[in-house]
Amino acid sequence: MPNFFTDNSDLQFVFDNLDLKEIIEIAEDDFEQVKQYNYAPRDIEDAKENYYKVLEIVGDITGNFVAERAASVDEEGAKYKDGTVHYASGTVENLKQLAQADMMGMSFPRKYGGLNLPFTIYIMSIELISRADASLMNIFGLQDIADTIMKFGNEEQRQEFIPGFCKGEYTGAMALTEPDAGSDLQAVKLHAYQDEKGQWFLKGVKRFITNGNGDILLVLARSEAGTKDGRGLSMFVCYGKDNVKVRRIENKLGIHGSPTCELQFNDTPAQLIGQRKFGLIKYVFDLMYRARMGIAAQALGIAQEAYEEALKYAKEREQFGKSIYTIPVVANILIDMRVALEANRALLYAVAQTVDLKEKLEGKIVKLKEQGKPFGEENTRLKRLVKESNFLTPLAKYILTESANKITFDALQIHGGTGYMHEFKVERLVRDARITNIYEGTSQLQIVAATGAVINDLFAEYFEAKEKKDYKGGAAPLVNHLIEIREIYKDCLRYMVDKRDNAFQDVAAKDIVELYGYLYVGYLLLDQAEIEPEKVFIANRYILTSLAKARMNSESIKDGLFNDILHANKILT
Amino acid sequence: MYNSIVMVKQVPDTANISGKVMKDDGTVNRAKLPAIFNHEDRVALELALQIKEKYGGKVIAVTMGPPRASDILRECLYMGADEVYLISDRKFAGADTLATSYVLSEAIKKIDNYHFVFAGRQAIDGDTAQVGPQTAEKLKIPQITYTEEVIEVSDNKIRAKRKIDGGFEIVESTLPVLLTVLKDVVSPRPFSAKRVMAYKNAKSLIELEKLAENNSLLYIDKLVHEYEERGHYIKTLTMDDLQLEDSRCGIKGSPTKVYKVESVVLGGSDHVGIEPTKAGIGELIDKLMTDHIFG
Repeated sequence: MPNFFTDNSDLQFVFDNLDLKEIIEIAEDDFEQVKQYNYAPRDIEDAKENYYKVLEIVGDITGNFVAERAASVDEEGAKYKDGTVHYASGTVENLKQLAQADMMGMSFPRKYGGLNLPFTIYIMSIELISRADASLMNIFGLQDIADTIMKFGNEEQRQEFIPGFCKGEYTGAMALTEPDAGSDLQAVKLHAYQDEKGQWFLKGVKRFITNGNGDILLVLARSEAGTKDGRGLSMFVCYGKDNVKVRRIENKLGIHGSPTCELQFNDTPAQLIGQRKFGLIKYVFDLMYRARMGIAAQALGIAQEAYEEALKYAKEREQFGKSIYTIPVVANILIDMRVALEANRALLYAVAQTVDLKEKLEGKIVKLKEQGKPFGEENTRLKRLVKESNFLTPLAKYILTESANKITFDALQIHGGTGYMHEFKVERLVRDARITNIYEGTSQLQIVAATGAVINDLFAEYFEAKEKKDYKGGAAPLVNHLIEIREIYKDCLRYMVDKRDNAFQDVAAKDIVELYGYLYVGYLLLDQAEIEPEKVFIANRYILTSLAKARMNSESIKDGLFNDILHANKILT
Repeated sequence: MYNSIVMVKQVPDTANISGKVMKDDGTVNRAKLPAIFNHEDRVALELALQIKEKYGGKVIAVTMGPPRASDILRECLYMGADEVYLISDRKFAGADTLATSYVLSEAIKKIDNYHFVFAGRQAIDGDTAQVGPQTAEKLKIPQITYTEEVIEVSDNKIRAKRKIDGGFEIVESTLPVLLTVLKDVVSPRPFSAKRVMAYKNAKSLIELEKLAENNSLLYIDKLVHEYEERGHYIKTLTMDDLQLEDSRCGIKGSPTKVYKVESVVLGGSDHVGIEPTKAGIGELIDKLMTDHIFG
């Protein structure tokens, strides 16, 4: 009976060491809800025990059922027939089980039927689900569109839409992308207009919409006629299915279970969410934190399974009269994979907690304002957390999704020719991982989003404090390497700033963001090694590898490697 | 509205046996084995829950077993059972199917008005498939064994499909009726997260007595009352509660005596090569005859 939560020692370690105290305190509001709901916790320990049990259930469903169905879901795929989208039969079963287990409205308040779980726990569930079947995550993860309704909709809209998600009756879709508006969402054209009674309607086409056949659609549309940029866009919610036409679904490389739809809105009735003109600049921006974290967790889940498959195969496969696991070159690749996984997991959940706390403080401030109480202190902290989230979210998405591609690539390599065959799971994992560094913002866009904080050295004080800290045991000598990486970073930063060349800075951004990433992750791993001495192996390899990479990043930046960008036309003719 | 009582059993995880698990008297040493929810009973519970969803009513799970059997009763609550009963008494120990069905049938009589009694076809430890049928006899109600599907319930009648050799038959019965259920009939639902959070602290009388024993500030009556108020009390019935005849319970009431238990290990060490010729096959047949495997 495999359980994807309890059988993963690193995930258990991370769970045990989550710092959720403040998050729980805000979310549970003095633990008053226990009077009303028999499933509300009594105190912090009780809440944490609940989270563990929830993840145990998700681990059971994913390990024993979803994973078993994943190959057939991939084979069968979502289908389009007579204007309707049909999930693969395994997907239908999966969604039914998740709904029976109350998992389709994880983070929403109990008042609407949700479990009121922290975002961090929701992200852990996404990791588990993605390990079993990445394509299921796309449908499961879209429960998150209800978060936008929760935060920015009015009470009537919350009552109308959220309970259906929590019961598992609704799935959702986030309709942002259009044929001419992909990475550049400012170019969205889909037209939103009002009749004389004030009812809104939507008209136009959306493309590449994951689960566009869903029951409830969150739609970004141009409500301000004559405008051309993001300030003319508003957010709408509407019923899908019969109100929206699915024109076709895409035939994709991977995540076959997840239907990617082209949607046609023919005067579809819709409701405005929040304020006009805030669609892109506020609401999409806000949902992107969660959406990007979701994809980062999806990437980690896929990578974890690729590692498990590679490790199992390496132990079973015999060549030259011995298991290939005993061949140093193979073991070395496996260790690299394991180190990357644990580093990625440390990063993912550190960021998840940051975003989690940011959201909880936002909610708390709204309440304090309503009660006419002072919120200055909370506001100062929130500002800092927003800055950190703005940097860490794209950083995590960039690092984890690129890494998942590398890990699945290596996992297939360990399988040799066998891995290239459809009969083996690793081939699907390679295909499924490939989308993660593209959707919800390509890696290149994540770099753009993360660069500002790196240029401003957002974590300067944090790193300085870490450098002065007296690390014990095996972690102690590793601090010096991180100090060296920080010197390299500072040196590169000076060079970039002094150069005052925008094109150069754009290209070099990747290297400097990576440098900053080594530092952030490196210290997370050192902190882990202090708690669990065996983790020093992970920290050691991660930091030594990072130092070598840092030198390369530095050379790329400083040795004129990118000077030929100016001559791109000549080189590329 | 139809009420169901589901008989469930905690069984040793026979797929994961290690060490000496049989006692010298031929009974199973349950303390040495990881205990799990007998799969077919879980299927029976699922079927009962589906009937509740379709027709209304309630689902009550009952188990006879040692104190730790309350683990599976909590699991019944996690899946959706409305009430659960632990039937437990030291004097029930060592019961065979006759004694077990006596205790269970007396408990069921006491518990509620019911339309269905569900049970798994058999438990993976005893493999007798007798407790269900014997309970039906003692309750003096009809039984449908080897149920594959409940087709319809109406006018106090049930139509169900049951497995027979080489096929199936569709049978009809009046209610109340006892059904034993096969393992692949339906897939048991996962635990509901809300119910796990709500019932993870549910405790039986015996578990509460232990709490009280270890803490002089706690009084058992008060504890039971508190747990009842919160909906966390696993109703517990003992021999006295059921006013049972001592001589019909436990090892005293069990005519089945295990004479000997042998652990048969099929070793791979004594492989014999057989030539794929007529003579080779002939020799093999002779050998099997001598060993009384054939003939």
